[in-house]
Amino acid sequence: MLSFDNLTLTQGGFTLAADTGFPVGEVIALIGPSGAGKSTLLSAIAGFLTPARGRILWNGMDLSGLPPGQRPVSMLFQDNNLFPHLTALQSVGLGLRPDLRLSRQEIDASEAALARVGLAGLADRKPGALSGGQQSRVALARVLVSERPLVLLDEPFAALGPALKDEMLDLVKSRLHAAGKTVIMVTHDPADARRVAGFSALVAEGRVATPVATDALLNDPPAALADYLGHGGS
Amino acid sequence: MAHSAVPITPRWPSVVTAVLVLLLTIGTLGAVAWRAEWAGGLAPADWAAIRFTVEQALLSAAISVILAIPVARALARRRFYGRQLLITLLGAPFLLPVIVAVFGLLAVFGRNGVLNSLLEQLGFAPVSIFGLQGVLLANVFFNLPLAIRFILQGWLSIPAERFRLVASLGAPVGRLLEWPMLRAVVPTTLLVIFLICLTSFAVALTMGGGPRATTVELAIYQAVRFDFDLGKAALLASVQFALGATAAVFALRITSENPLGTGMDRTVQRWDGARASVDGLWIMAAALFLLVPLAMVVLRGLPGMLDMPGSIWAAALRSVLVAGGAATLCVAMALTLALRGGAVASVIGVLPLAASGLVVGTGAFLIVFPFIRPADAALAITVLVNATLALPFALRAIAPAATQVRADYGRLGASLGMSGWSWMRLVVLPRMRRPLGFAAGLAAALSMGDLGVITLFAGQSEETLPLAMYRLMGAYRMEAAASAALLLLGLSLLLFWICDRWGRGNAEF
Repeated sequence: MLSFDNLTLTQGGFTLAADTGFPVGEVIALIGPSGAGKSTLLSAIAGFLTPARGRILWNGMDLSGLPPGQRPVSMLFQDNNLFPHLTALQSVGLGLRPDLRLSRQEIDASEAALARVGLAGLADRKPGALSGGQQSRVALARVLVSERPLVLLDEPFAALGPALKDEMLDLVKSRLHAAGKTVIMVTHDPADARRVAGFSALVAEGRVATPVATDALLNDPPAALADYLGHGGS
Repeated sequence: MAHSAVPITPRWPSVVTAVLVLLLTIGTLGAVAWRAEWAGGLAPADWAAIRFTVEQALLSAAISVILAIPVARALARRRFYGRQLLITLLGAPFLLPVIVAVFGLLAVFGRNGVLNSLLEQLGFAPVSIFGLQGVLLANVFFNLPLAIRFILQGWLSIPAERFRLVASLGAPVGRLLEWPMLRAVVPTTLLVIFLICLTSFAVALTMGGGPRATTVELAIYQAVRFDFDLGKAALLASVQFALGATAAVFALRITSENPLGTGMDRTVQRWDGARASVDGLWIMAAALFLLVPLAMVVLRGLPGMLDMPGSIWAAALRSVLVAGGAATLCVAMALTLALRGGAVASVIGVLPLAASGLVVGTGAFLIVFPFIRPADAALAITVLVNATLALPFALRAIAPAATQVRADYGRLGASLGMSGWSWMRLVVLPRMRRPLGFAAGLAAALSMGDLGVITLFAGQSEETLPLAMYRLMGAYRMEAAASAALLLLGLSLLLFWICDRWGRGNAEF
């Protein structure tokens, strides 16, 4: 369980409180109006933002004070998820060895991960020679290959067209979820949540709510969510 | 407080850089102040040197700016074949060794130069350019291009829509657009050039001299080399520092312009019907003034290239090694500061701007003198001083890229758990290769042509190429000096080109 123990995050004049837990091995959507603090919560889990109060625990282990690189967390950002001067294989290899001194087995594992996201044969390409969708696949392969169990998606597919975005979300489900990873994704779009996330947590009015089954939440939205979705939403 | 958004870069490299810079700027100044003979005060000759230093810097700045305004206006509104090349060449004097330019200027304006032979044939008396005129000539040669670039940037920063609006109103372009722009740009330009001319030791050494044309730096040099009066040298060095620091404080306050900035390939389209012929004359005159002396270096130097004395080649080798060492050290220091970021790093980075090579050199001389023969430390100290003096320019070239890399990839690197060294090797160096190459080229060329601190230290066997060339000129061995000048020019440009080329090596993304 990913637990938020009396957590308070502040950034500028903005405050977000969380005192709940997220289930392990599920895809959980953070849904709510922009500016509500969805990305702020991810930043805190990843270690980029130190809580003003409270703790974040992963299966009982306190993450406080751990630098980002030592947390059990892989994160995909809105952009700049790949280094333009590294090949697809190297980008994936970073998930195994951040100093890129890859053994034969690690190279094989990276190639296999690329194949699993549909990029067999493109290992030597640099991002400039890949399409936007292919670049996202490389980043997903890196998440897949790394041994970190918790995956944070801060809208990494926002720049893709609707069809490509759906493809990526399906990959998240069929590869990351299937591999047993816990995925927390920020989304604006209820359809995204319905597509992949078994659970959704509403982030609104300065609070992170306890995740509930996505369909249940969206079919019978609480007032704050209903306002955000608008009439006839979803 | 948030975790660092970048992989943990160790603190010690930037601390080492800071200590080195502080030692060479403030530390040498301390040594100078300690040894200065304050009791004696300043002799009349010293006051004359101070007056001359300020006077030549003021005049040089004023002449450069006054001449630059019409040239910049002409370049701003005319498009012609070779315009971009000319603008690029305006950046070249920054890389040009002073002694080479002086040689070229003497070949044109000197006693046996082109100008005087023309005058003689026409029956006029020859002109002499030693003393104030010579110092001004050389300073304007170096700073006119800089002034043109500054002011041209001002012209090009006026939005095209304004010119259109003024034209449609039938209003005067000069009063509405150009005058306000000049009022903003000219004071900065004057101050920057004034500052540069305060520390133009090599110009004063070659063109000045005598009781009426001695700068403070030249007086320091004479006190060390001729009188071996270290107390007096130290006193003068304190004076020089006070002069430079005062001007630098003003300059830093009003300038944020990068004199090496590019992107000036646009012309301003305008409708006020200025006469093309006048613009053409200004451009032609400026180009001739800048290019003919360089052409003379090539013409005079080429014939003797193959039978230069062996000592020149040895000096050239020494210079290349010094330049390589200084460039490496300079870029390494700049990188540690750029990666650290923050206010302290930028203060450390601009500190050397206020330092005069001669003051730093005098301080270093005072520090090493009790322990070893100064000549033995000549090359090592030259490397250190050259690297430090080039640091502000190198830092300026790489700092934006360092900030960019941090902003774009800092969080990714941190979340992947990259160590400081992996981050450096896998991300920083590949991403910053281009500005690093440029900065290294800059530092190498500046160091290659430096004729400052080395003059205080070197004996015969530690000569660098500029010093060897200076001594040849002093001995009136003009043919050998000409070839040395061409060699020096070629090597400076070659070093810059190699480094810059390396930086552009992987232009695939």
